[in-house]
Amino acid sequence: MSSETQKILTTDGIPLEISLKKAEKKNKIKAFLLVAPLLLFIIITYIFPIGEMFTRSIDDRMVTNMLPKTFKAMETWDGKELPPEEVFAAFLSDYRALAEKKEHGKLGQRLNKEKNGFNTILKKLWRKMKKFEDGNTKEQIMAVHKRFRDVKYWQAIKRTAPPYTMGKYLKGMDMYYDEDGKVVQVEEDRRIHRILWLRTLEIAVVVTILCFLMGYPIAHLLATLPMKYSNLLMICVLLPFWTSLLVRTASWMILLQQQGIVNDFFVMIGLVADDNRPEMMYNKTGTYIAMTQILLPFMVLPLYSVMKTISPSLMRAGKSLGGTPFVAFWKVYFPLTIPGIGAGCLLVFILAIGYYITPALVGGASGTLISNQIAYHMKETLDWSFASAMGLMLLTGVLVVYWIYNKLVGIDNIKLG
Amino acid sequence: MPNNKEFVKFAKVDKSYDGKVLVVKDLNLDIAEGEFITMLGPSGSGKTTCLMMLAGFETPTNGEIYLDGNPISNIPPHKRGIGMVFQNYALFPHMTVYENLAFPLRVRKIPKDEIDKKVDKALSMVSLAGYESRMPGQLSGGQQQRVAVARALVFDPSVVLMDEPLGALDKNLRESMQYEIKHIHESIGVTVVYVTHDQGEALTMSNRIAVFNDGKVQQLSSPDKLYEEPVNSFVAEFIGENNTFSGQVTDISGGKCKVKLDSGSEIMSNPIRVNSKGEKTIVSLRPERAIINPENNMENKHKGKIEEVIYHGDHTRVRLNLLGNKEFILKVPNSSARMDIKVGNEIAVGWDSRDARALDPK
Repeated sequence: MSSETQKILTTDGIPLEISLKKAEKKNKIKAFLLVAPLLLFIIITYIFPIGEMFTRSIDDRMVTNMLPKTFKAMETWDGKELPPEEVFAAFLSDYRALAEKKEHGKLGQRLNKEKNGFNTILKKLWRKMKKFEDGNTKEQIMAVHKRFRDVKYWQAIKRTAPPYTMGKYLKGMDMYYDEDGKVVQVEEDRRIHRILWLRTLEIAVVVTILCFLMGYPIAHLLATLPMKYSNLLMICVLLPFWTSLLVRTASWMILLQQQGIVNDFFVMIGLVADDNRPEMMYNKTGTYIAMTQILLPFMVLPLYSVMKTISPSLMRAGKSLGGTPFVAFWKVYFPLTIPGIGAGCLLVFILAIGYYITPALVGGASGTLISNQIAYHMKETLDWSFASAMGLMLLTGVLVVYWIYNKLVGIDNIKLG
Repeated sequence: MPNNKEFVKFAKVDKSYDGKVLVVKDLNLDIAEGEFITMLGPSGSGKTTCLMMLAGFETPTNGEIYLDGNPISNIPPHKRGIGMVFQNYALFPHMTVYENLAFPLRVRKIPKDEIDKKVDKALSMVSLAGYESRMPGQLSGGQQQRVAVARALVFDPSVVLMDEPLGALDKNLRESMQYEIKHIHESIGVTVVYVTHDQGEALTMSNRIAVFNDGKVQQLSSPDKLYEEPVNSFVAEFIGENNTFSGQVTDISGGKCKVKLDSGSEIMSNPIRVNSKGEKTIVSLRPERAIINPENNMENKHKGKIEEVIYHGDHTRVRLNLLGNKEFILKVPNSSARMDIKVGNEIAVGWDSRDARALDPK
């Protein structure tokens, strides 16, 4: 088909398309140069760290690097019965090399995670192997401890062979590989991460809903009030942006604590008894209140920008055509604000799901989120690969939300301002 | 149908937004049933405010508006049953044409099959049958305008208000829409209150025109009377083209008056707003009423110098310096017998004293 259509030529006889490309080339280069710094910045500060995080979260090369000969020898082993002599020999040689570097202890700890009791037998091996004779390594090692005669321990070593593992992700979901390499759940009373995930989701959803309920009327007022009032209101909305997050959270602490201003006021008006002041902080309530206040502008601004574009004559038309004010609002105004609602909710939800400082300060035990757990592993346990894995799980969750939103509302409908 | 002369009645209506300035002052206006009345005036003259008060989006500060004998100031807009066409059409952008038209019917809980019939009828009335499933954004400006008209009429309101509905259209489309709206009005006999600042539109479409200025109705009359017999200098100035001479009445008798112009010469005019000698006046004369090379028996006959000749296709506009007025405009039809009209030539111009209307000084 396309070969049949005649090519349009310019007056010089050059095909139009080529000529156009030439003419546009300069502009394209200019445009690219303009965005290049930002592109570079994003690659360095965003794409690269996320890639790094991902590799870290699945990285399991420690054992792989420690036992290179063993894993090479294990390639031909079917893993059903005890491995052949070469594997034992290779393992001994690897272990001796480690012992020289004084890294054999690390291997013991790591393998102990895979299979309990490994550390003990490796230490025993370390003591005995100095007296080993050449040849017949299998017999000599098996003689060190009966566990070396158990195929499960060798299987555990083989499981650590791949340089990558999904173990950290499973841990994030309160699951692990058992001794047979199957994915199983941890005991019911130790499933802390699942609680945290659900709580994070719950708090993000509730905060989003609260922000929407409070932000919608404000945004509507902003969009419809005369300029001099709406400017003032806009400043009130933006004021939180100009105040440090920490200061705002701290002031909530002053307000909400048991001897705080809000409680004092409740006691004063006789709403609660002085000896029965409600706890509004160090629990979910505190997190809800503080996060809603902090994230409110992110709901108001997209809503406002959408509402600003809705002509007031549309509501008037709805009313003059016989719709009650409610019908006119619900059938005419509200559907037109959906792009703003979508944008605002998405923004608030995504920010809320990864929120850190506020829940850390006012959340207490029942108001902390998954982000606080990530920070804990970054700073306290130094299990960075686990923190990375949970961070990526959070990112995946956000992307899923984004995808669902796109399916339901369509991302083209979004209006951020 | 008994023709109710006071179908819509503004009685002593005042309106102020800030408590300091009255945008509408003591408005008394009766609109007959089935009439097409236009509120015409410059922007800020209070015409749109009047319309908004009638629609119910503004409340009169004082006075009352009656619809078919009932005061309506306390009735909310959605219970007035008044159709309205907005300046920017105000079509609901998220609804199809069908849904837009069905909206007023659905809120009135009309059964589905009847809605279908009414929508069909309304759409064919504006010759848009078959466009039901289009979105407003997919329609041209003229089509959107017609949908807006159909939507304002589909629920059979007794009064339809139109707030500069053709303002956003280009000239040709505007003219054809003027006829279309006029024909719709004639065929269904609905009362139309139309607001515009375009005098051509007002003259073409209306039964009567109310010229607004400064919150007051300056003149309320039929288009021809408004044009031919303006009652004051604002109306004369606002409607159509107008040549003016300012001067002082020196003699008044027998339905004629003599006006001494500032340049010293005297002209005979028709006393409309002057009663006695010595009054200041502005004499208004339509360009087409001035004749080149008049017969000798004309009362007014003066010589002027051609300052500018502007070719307009079907006619030529000639700007003269006549009796001290450098902006005196003449309209000369383009006939084959072209006269010697060249810049710098002197020509004689005359007019009937009845056409020179002596109005109030501004």
